[in-house]
Amino acid sequence: MADPAYPVFDPERFFAMRFGGHGGDLGIEYVSHGEDWAELALPYHERLIGDPDSGVLASGPILSLMDMATSCGVWLKLGTFNPHATLDLRIDYLRPATPGKTVIGRGQCYRLTRSIAFVRGQAHDGDPDDPLAHVAGTFMSPGGYR
Amino acid sequence: MSLPPYAAFLGLIEEPGETAPLYLLPFTIGVTGRPGFLHGGALGGLLEMAAIGALKQALGAVEARIKPINVTVDYMRGGRDKPTYARGTVTRLGNRIANVEAFAWQDEPERPIAAARMNFLILRQE
Repeated sequence: MADPAYPVFDPERFFAMRFGGHGGDLGIEYVSHGEDWAELALPYHERLIGDPDSGVLASGPILSLMDMATSCGVWLKLGTFNPHATLDLRIDYLRPATPGKTVIGRGQCYRLTRSIAFVRGQAHDGDPDDPLAHVAGTFMSPGGYR
Repeated sequence: MSLPPYAAFLGLIEEPGETAPLYLLPFTIGVTGRPGFLHGGALGGLLEMAAIGALKQALGAVEARIKPINVTVDYMRGGRDKPTYARGTVTRLGNRIANVEAFAWQDEPERPIAAARMNFLILRQE
């Protein structure tokens, strides 16, 4: 599937090598991946709190986590990195993230067309059967995915 | 209105507005996605803060906790390396549910770079 002219996308290397940026500032890290999905971690940090009374994380960092995890899912399914743009992203906040716990986000690309990638994913904070967020979205590649 | 730590992390500046506060997100390395462009997550975070700010202003003195149920973000144009503004509008303020929209722009409000629709659960204190 991968074009031999382009290097195979390796999310672990991608996260180890990236420059600062928003993902780096949030502390997002690589966890694992498969042929069309990636799992990333967002460690708990006080500066990401959205509700000071409860200590619950803001929803913005979880949106960023899922945007990145689903993006990686697309590049994994495609086999190589391709600069693309998020077209839309919908998140259902099933429950608040538990204060102090790392949030794990798993993003999958379940359909890839010439210009659009369809993605979905879930986030949890320890038990994958007790998700805290569900996401669905699309990405667009200006130059086409293939 | 006091901003949470996450707003300070983004570098958000809040300015009072007649119907809803206006939010300014300065462009920094910390909100960069691919080089030279605003990260979609940071932009989504800005829109969520704008939606929450609009809802809090609409609730005024009402004692209530608000919980986000969901958000849908549409990305229309790439965010470039300049300041981004956002403001929310409460479409409907019900007893239990609020529907809120927010738009983000850079050059002119008429040319939005992203929009969000959010549903909130409102827990009113008796």
